[in-house]
Amino acid sequence: MRRVYDFLLQRREAGIFVMIVLFCAVVGLMRPRFLTLDELRIILLLVPLIMIGAMAQMLVIVARHVDLSIGSMLGFSAIVSGMMYRYYPEVPWWTGFFVSVGIGSGLGLINGLLITVFRLPAIIVTLGTLSLYRGLTFIVSNARQIDRQYIPSELKALSQTSPIFGIPWIIFLAFGVALATYLFTMHTRVGRQIYALGSNPVAAPLRGIRVNSVTLMVFTISGALSGLAGILYASRWGFVNPSNTGTGFEFQVIAAVVIGGVSINGGVGTVLGTVLGVLLLGCVSAALPLLGVPGTTQNAIYGAVIIIALLIDRSVRQRGIAALAAQKARA
Amino acid sequence: MPDVPITDVTQPLISARGISKNFATIEVLRDVDLDLMPGEIHALVGENGAGKSTFAKILAGVHRPSRGTLVLNGVPVEIPDPIVAQRRGITLIHQEPISFPDLSVAENLVLGRTGGGPLDLVPWAQMTRDANRLMDLLGVKIDVTRPMRGLSIADQQMVEIARALASDSRLIIMDEPTAPLTPKEVATLFAIAKRLRDEGRTIVFITHRLEEVRVLCDRVTIFRDGNKIATENIADLSDVDIIRLMIGRPLKEYMHKMGAAIGEIALRVEHLTLPGYFADVSFEVRKGEIVGLGGLVGAGRSDVARALFGVAPAVSGSVVVNGKAVVINEPSQAIALGLSFVPEDRATAGIFRSLAVEQNITAAIPRQIAPGGVIRRALETALATDSVKKLRIRLASLRQPIGELSGGNQQKTILARWMLTNPSVLILDEPTRGIDIGVKAEFYEMIGELAAAGRAILLISSELPELLALCDRVLVMSEGRLTANLSRAEASQESIMHAAVPQSGEKAVAA
Amino acid sequence: MTTTGQNPTAVSALDAARPRPTWQVILIRPETMTLALLIIALIAASLLSPYFLDVTYILQSFTLSAEFAIIALVLTMVIISGEIDLSPASAMALSACLFALAYQSGVPMWLSIGIGIGSGLVMGILNGLLVIGLQLPSIIVTIGTLTLYRGIAQVIAGDKSIRLPEWYVGIDKVLIAGLPAPVILFLVASLVLGLVLGTTIYGRQIYQIGTNAVAARHAGIRTKAIKMTLFVMMGLASSIAGLIFTSRLGSVRYDLGLGGELQMVLMAMLGGTYIFGGRGTILGTFLAAWLLVIIATGMTVANLLPATQLTVLGILLIVSIIATNAIYSRTQR
Repeated sequence: MRRVYDFLLQRREAGIFVMIVLFCAVVGLMRPRFLTLDELRIILLLVPLIMIGAMAQMLVIVARHVDLSIGSMLGFSAIVSGMMYRYYPEVPWWTGFFVSVGIGSGLGLINGLLITVFRLPAIIVTLGTLSLYRGLTFIVSNARQIDRQYIPSELKALSQTSPIFGIPWIIFLAFGVALATYLFTMHTRVGRQIYALGSNPVAAPLRGIRVNSVTLMVFTISGALSGLAGILYASRWGFVNPSNTGTGFEFQVIAAVVIGGVSINGGVGTVLGTVLGVLLLGCVSAALPLLGVPGTTQNAIYGAVIIIALLIDRSVRQRGIAALAAQKARA
Repeated sequence: MPDVPITDVTQPLISARGISKNFATIEVLRDVDLDLMPGEIHALVGENGAGKSTFAKILAGVHRPSRGTLVLNGVPVEIPDPIVAQRRGITLIHQEPISFPDLSVAENLVLGRTGGGPLDLVPWAQMTRDANRLMDLLGVKIDVTRPMRGLSIADQQMVEIARALASDSRLIIMDEPTAPLTPKEVATLFAIAKRLRDEGRTIVFITHRLEEVRVLCDRVTIFRDGNKIATENIADLSDVDIIRLMIGRPLKEYMHKMGAAIGEIALRVEHLTLPGYFADVSFEVRKGEIVGLGGLVGAGRSDVARALFGVAPAVSGSVVVNGKAVVINEPSQAIALGLSFVPEDRATAGIFRSLAVEQNITAAIPRQIAPGGVIRRALETALATDSVKKLRIRLASLRQPIGELSGGNQQKTILARWMLTNPSVLILDEPTRGIDIGVKAEFYEMIGELAAAGRAILLISSELPELLALCDRVLVMSEGRLTANLSRAEASQESIMHAAVPQSGEKAVAA
Repeated sequence: MTTTGQNPTAVSALDAARPRPTWQVILIRPETMTLALLIIALIAASLLSPYFLDVTYILQSFTLSAEFAIIALVLTMVIISGEIDLSPASAMALSACLFALAYQSGVPMWLSIGIGIGSGLVMGILNGLLVIGLQLPSIIVTIGTLTLYRGIAQVIAGDKSIRLPEWYVGIDKVLIAGLPAPVILFLVASLVLGLVLGTTIYGRQIYQIGTNAVAARHAGIRTKAIKMTLFVMMGLASSIAGLIFTSRLGSVRYDLGLGGELQMVLMAMLGGTYIFGGRGTILGTFLAAWLLVIIATGMTVANLLPATQLTVLGILLIVSIIATNAIYSRTQR
């Protein structure tokens, strides 16, 4: 039993997978409807935005930083794309992707520049830009919502129509981003350098890693993916609102990432773990209404999840240290 | 591939000409000329602070020389950083190798060598194959797919050597590589070093241990006080010669110990154990006595000191302070019992760099300077001024940040801090490391005076002359255990080193 | 320093660099910058509108930020000790909700207040245990509890406002010696905390811990105990601020003070607190609080949207931390 527990702690992906299965089994026993295909579709529709944001946040946390401005970058790029659709209804529907991702990249680049040029802690910089970008969102939109009629129907269709198995396009997109992130982090040198940087920031420059460019890149990707999530927000919900769109998104994303086994001490974290973390949160969110729990508990759950994940992370580390000491004692 | 042509063995691989280095106002290296030949193992020896490590770091691009030139294969070169050094075929292997603990061994081997855009892919299969080939070449068994975290120091060094081979380094510098190794690991390392030499590479070997120099090296360069003193074939020098050149003055000069009356037991330690660090350590220190604690780096000496002071408490064993059995889990408890501890690493565990000297001096006596909680500035200043006078701390103002003082004066400030607590037991961990030679002598005098005043002193030091000159008794630790308790008469360089080198030590050295 | 009389031994140029002259030391303190900015802001604002020459108007404006300002004072001490707490705005909301719900369900007022303050203490202790007991980084822990406390407030209070009795409402209208009660509270808190941080051994040790926690522990300073008291003080200050906020608004909702952590951190940063610990003063934060009120009120008078103010606050935060870091890296050799 103890060994099973240890195994699940060490192989975090297996651990989360077991948690998802157990959770679904328990909820399924109480509410059989939870285990139907329809419900699976609901769960899957809950996750694409968080999935994309979580990939961004994963890269940032692996590099030993944190990005609190993700939700505001999402909001700003979504509102600008929405306004483009409102003022220039003649542009092709897919233009929004370029606008949104481009703007997101720019905002992320600003974060990265502030952090690298002035050597500031990411937490304070992104707390500042969280507010700054949100404020800009209000200013450019004049605090007006972009209503349904302005969002191109093709864009909205991405969340409703499906190429195969009744699974909407947007879900394929989200998993595509996850796959791309996997390839990037596991199979490119630059991707591995992010892990090296987070694993030992002092040694990184001694090994020829350009710390500033890697950091800049990570924050720019974080912005770009937030921008992508922004345009998909418009697709998924059919509107963009300056005050709601993306608000609190950063906390959901951080919760998903840390429960997925990405270590807040940097250098550790896998795409598979993060995907499972996102799915676990999705299952919980989908189960709540079925179980008659009011929607207002969402935030409390995200908060609890972050704290619990931190405790698990610490427990894993303690075991690692204990194992090292034991190894040393034997030698 | 490094842009270093393979050269004939009669020309030096690299020549240093007039290399000097200043840190702030202190000159740590002065006009060093040295030729390193292909296919030789070249020892750099000298006391701590003699400049040998600084010289090595200049070769490896960690430091840039203040003056002087480096000539590589006949061409003057600049080595501004470790990357360039690597590219020019120079690798420095640190005593505790730097690594990325969360990445695999194979990745650590190749990381940073190249690396470009998002399309620069990691060839995992080939990388693993190459890494395995290098490990086979070195004759070590390390699973290259496992993470670096948890690898023993010896294995980490092997990975570093493999790194050097992967980039086909012609010059491999090892900075005290054997200190943390077991005899068997040392034997493996030596065998590999010799093989690399026979392939025509140059190995620079920095060490404190003369027997290693004799067994392994072809030539030896001796440093003292930032100067190169001599470069000779090892066969042409006896151990006595080398020691004489290293020390440069008769040992007697260190003698400062006054004939203090040795009193009753101030600190008694029995069966102290912290698994993984030290086991079954028992000793006592009497009032007025200076007890040395010698051994190799990593033998557990500092861990015992940290346990006694409650920084990282032991799990079993007993401690008796001034006749009272005590349990110490926090430094504050230790201080209350009359213990003091000057830690090994001044910058991380000693000073408050940006705070005033005055505050640094009074940090351990909050109740004295702030009866009732509010600080009495006048009282504090008076106490600090008094300390500065007594310890002859050189400064411009009590209010200046301690970071502006020289290393020796910073260390005096830490000692001053502890003198104010009026300790009955003082634990000094490498108190003279990184301190100017002149200030060192002052320190020895002070330590002698402290013992004369009836305090018990436990002195941890890696410098044998220091232990021999100052101590009434010398304890020696090896691999976490006490291996010798030598009286002043019994203690000698040989007897201490004999106890310090792990059991089968001679075999390893002879290998 | 001019007090060269303290200099006990002759200075050798080789051993120690000369200290800076006193005027330079004072002039490049971040608080001096804050004071200068405050004066500039006052002049600019009074040119903008004659209202700013009216002390009563400024005092009334200040009551709108007094709650955050009080918490910012304690936060300054937390940051000096090398930690951070992003959860106080959420803690404020949760304790206010608990207080209001208790009262609504018939608990006597004094006991309800006790519940509110007690919950603040519990939240502070929880933060402290996670950060100090379990040695988790305070940045992430308090992002977690920021979400958690606000979430619990939402769970227990739902989306509705809880009204409070007429007599409890309006602490900001109560004048003591001509000053609104929240302002008085802020002044008292500034004075007390300023003295604690500036003159007591407890305050001294907070700086030492923030400068080098390892060295502090080696010097026998009880680093864990001191940090714990700081987190508990944060919880306490948050709950008291929550009660004042409630009285000013007359009702409580779960989103009370939403996003307030930005303003609190901003006050500390603008006052010259060093984000990496070891430096900063209560005086700086005190001045920064007034500066921020002038700026915010100025923007309101100039009819800027609240959203624009959000933008300005974000920019200010980033600029102030860049400036503070630059000043400290200049003085640090």
